[in-house]
Amino acid sequence: MQEFEPKIVAFVCNWCTYAGADLTGTSRIKYSANVKIIRFPCTGRIDFMILMKAFENGADGIIVSGCHPNDCHYSTGNFHARRRWIVLRNLLNFAGIETDRIQFSWVSAAEGFKWADVVNNTVAAIKEIGPYENYRKIAVSTLFNEEGASNE
Amino acid sequence: MNDLIKKVTQLLDDKTINVFIGYGQGTASRIRTIFVKNSSQVENLVYTSDCTANLAGYLLKHEVKKIGKLGILANDSALRSMMQLASEFQIKDGEVYVLHAAKDGSFTEFADFQSIEAYLVTIDTGITSDEQERIAKLEAMTVKERWIFWNKEFEKCIKCYACRAACPMCYCHRCTTDVNQPQWIPVASHEQGNLDYHLMRAMHLAGRCVNCGECANACPMDIPLNLLTYQLIAPIRTTFDATAGMKADAVYALSTFKPDDKENFII
Repeated sequence: MQEFEPKIVAFVCNWCTYAGADLTGTSRIKYSANVKIIRFPCTGRIDFMILMKAFENGADGIIVSGCHPNDCHYSTGNFHARRRWIVLRNLLNFAGIETDRIQFSWVSAAEGFKWADVVNNTVAAIKEIGPYENYRKIAVSTLFNEEGASNE
Repeated sequence: MNDLIKKVTQLLDDKTINVFIGYGQGTASRIRTIFVKNSSQVENLVYTSDCTANLAGYLLKHEVKKIGKLGILANDSALRSMMQLASEFQIKDGEVYVLHAAKDGSFTEFADFQSIEAYLVTIDTGITSDEQERIAKLEAMTVKERWIFWNKEFEKCIKCYACRAACPMCYCHRCTTDVNQPQWIPVASHEQGNLDYHLMRAMHLAGRCVNCGECANACPMDIPLNLLTYQLIAPIRTTFDATAGMKADAVYALSTFKPDDKENFII
C-alpha cells in the first residue's frame, strides 16, 4: 500500500514567513514537498473562513504562519491575528474540528531553517493522524470531485 | 401593566417617541412583538411571564428606524444588547427611550447609558446552570464525539437564517452568508454549508454575544446553536478580561490586543 502523503496548505504572510520560506529555498534546505504555500499580505488578513475552505477542498493539515510579535510590517496585524486564533481554536475544538491539524507558527524572514522544521514536523504529525476523512465526507467538493469520491 | 400603558400613552402623546416596541398578543397563545405608534394602540400591549424575547434587535431594522424616535421595552438581555450595540457605534446615548421590564414585573425608566451600566453590574448576566451543564457535557467528550454531535445537529439545519434574523448583534447589511463572490457559504442546506454557516456565525459573534438565547429560540429545528457562542464567553472573559454588553464604551475584545496576550499553541 502506498504511504499516505498528506496535503498541507500553508497560509503565510508576505513579509516574514514567505520570505523565510524563500530563504529555505535559496539556502538549498530540503523540506517536505507536501506543502502548498499561499501568500497573504499579513496574518491579520487570514480570515478563518479561508482555513475552512482549505479543509473543504481536501487539505489534511494547515499551517498558518507570520511575523513574530512586534515584527509585523503593519505593526499590529499579527497581534490581532493571535487574538482571533485563540478564540478560533476554542470554537473549532468545541465544534469537533481537529485543531491539531492546524499549526500556527511565527517564522521570520531570517528563519529558513525554522520553516523547514515547521513544515517537516507538521507533515510528520499529519501523517501520524491520517487523512481528514471526517471533514471530507461532508465537503461539498467531494460531491463533484471524482478523486474525492473515490477516496471514501 | 397599567403603569406601562399609562407611561407609553404619555410618551406617544407628548411626542417623546414615535413608536414603542413592546410585546403583544400573537396568534394562539403566542406572544409577538408589536410596534405601538399612537395612543389608540396602547391597549394592545401585554406583559406576562412569557414576554422574554430580546427586542433590541428591532432597534437597527431600517423599517423601524424610519418611523422616528424609538422607545423600547427592554429586559435584561435587551439592555446588554443595547450596551453592545452602543459600543459598536450602532446606537447613541439618548437616541432610544428605554423602559426596563424587571423580572418582578416592575417598569423603570433608564435615562442614559450610564444608569444602564450601573444596573447591569448588579444583576447576574451569566448563562444558566442548565446551559453550563450542557456545555460541560460537550467539553467532556472527545473531539470525534463532538464532531458527530454537531454534525447530527447541523444536519437538521434548513438554512432559514432565523437565528441570524433574531440576533440583535447580526445587523450587517451584507452578511458573509449572502456574499456569492466568492461563495463563502454553500447555499444548499448541505452539511458542509451548514457547518460553515454556524461556525461563521459563532466566530462573528465571539465576544459580542450577550447570551440572550434568541438564536436557539428562533430555530425551528431546535438546534442548540446558542451553545456555540456561549462556550466562547468564558475563554474570552478569562483570556482577554472582556464581557460583551456591559459597557457602552467598551472596546471589542477581538479588535484590540495586548502585546503579551498568552497562548500555548504558536511555535
